[in-house]
Amino acid sequence: MPEQITIVDYHAGNLTSVRLAVERLGHGAVVTSAPDEVRTASRLIFPGVGAAGAAMATLKTLGLDAALVEYARAGRPLLGVCLGAQIILDYSAEDRTNCLGLVSGRVQLLQAPEGVKIPHMGWNEVVQVRTHAIWQGVEDRSQFYFVHSYAPVPEDAAALGLTDYHGRFVSVLGQDNIVACQFHPERSGRVGLRVLDNFLRWKP
Amino acid sequence: MLSKRVIVCLDVRDGKTTKGVKFQGNVDVGDPVEMAAEYYEGGVDELVFYDIGASPRHKEIMIDVVSAVAKRIAIPFAVGGGLRTTDDMRRVLLAGADKVSIDTAAVRNPALIVDGAARFGRQCIVLGMQAKRVGESARIPSGYEIYIEGARTPTSLDAVRWAREAEELGAGEICLNSIDADGTQEGYDRDVTRMVSGAVNIPVIASGGAGTPEHLRAVLTEGKADAALVASVVHFGTYTIAEIKRYLSDHGVPVRMNW
Repeated sequence: MPEQITIVDYHAGNLTSVRLAVERLGHGAVVTSAPDEVRTASRLIFPGVGAAGAAMATLKTLGLDAALVEYARAGRPLLGVCLGAQIILDYSAEDRTNCLGLVSGRVQLLQAPEGVKIPHMGWNEVVQVRTHAIWQGVEDRSQFYFVHSYAPVPEDAAALGLTDYHGRFVSVLGQDNIVACQFHPERSGRVGLRVLDNFLRWKP
Repeated sequence: MLSKRVIVCLDVRDGKTTKGVKFQGNVDVGDPVEMAAEYYEGGVDELVFYDIGASPRHKEIMIDVVSAVAKRIAIPFAVGGGLRTTDDMRRVLLAGADKVSIDTAAVRNPALIVDGAARFGRQCIVLGMQAKRVGESARIPSGYEIYIEGARTPTSLDAVRWAREAEELGAGEICLNSIDADGTQEGYDRDVTRMVSGAVNIPVIASGGAGTPEHLRAVLTEGKADAALVASVVHFGTYTIAEIKRYLSDHGVPVRMNW
């Protein structure tokens, strides 16, 4: 019996592609803004694009901040994607925002020299720095699709993947039942779908 | 290192992909959904669909195309053509598009860029620009003027100035088409691409004129483009995406080679 996957909707971007990717991998998907559905989910994807300040404000208004913390503490698998990979940390320099604090660390603007384009948009390599279930069958230095200006800076032990854009940043991180990728697995071709599929099979 | 992107453009008229030369004489080249799936399997990095339909139902037909494409591919794609309001944008985004491309509507109503960026995020808003070489003047310092309405109507807007203004208003990316080069297959206009790309801090997609892989190499290096758009050269089977990317990779342009 395929598992029902819960996708958190906090009005931060378009979730259609995430939902379609989950369905394509053979699972049902519920897209929800209801705290109770988040709290009781069996497997959760926390996506999102946009700015940290507005996103945290919406999460609070909807009562999703507490629900996400409660969900994560229960030890069930959580996948953060893009903005969702950032606001699981303690703090974001974007809009100076206190975030969810599910993973220790902060989020900062990409460090790039003058004249380098920000956002970092397009396909780039991820160097796998630690073995993890989500890397199963994924070749090291595979390319994934990124669109972002800020990046997570977790405590060292949490990094699972690094990417170079005029300086290295943590593009994938993992800690206990949480894994998060700065890139969009749902928009990164076959290899992205593999990462997503690995998450959907993962038993932390 | 960030890869340079190769993007395929599909002009969709009432559910069929068509291809014209210099905005005239379009011919049907296939089913956009099947073509999208083939290009996806063939290693394209991104797709753009322009609705050039004219039938009363063309908008609904396009939404059906977008929904069907979204179910088949797992790479980003943009949709443009006839999007005049943020509600128009919302419909194609909810159908599964990642980005929307606005061109004439952005010139007529620059607030659409602001509103679209505020509602969906900057990364969603691609500014389409049709630039024509007109010679430098006080009015057009870059020598390239923006045209609208399928490249038929001049606007008195300077291409570089408009690019900067659109970036400030909230555009997340620019797709820069050279009217002079479009459909010729004689190479991109590297001059306008280099000028616009150097003037803004958002990615610039070069469009118009691709005939050989060398044309892409030139615009992605000397032309400073972040991505290159192709249409006829792949629709008519002159080159495959894999052949183009192999050439780019062999000539030192970073591209995604495994898909």
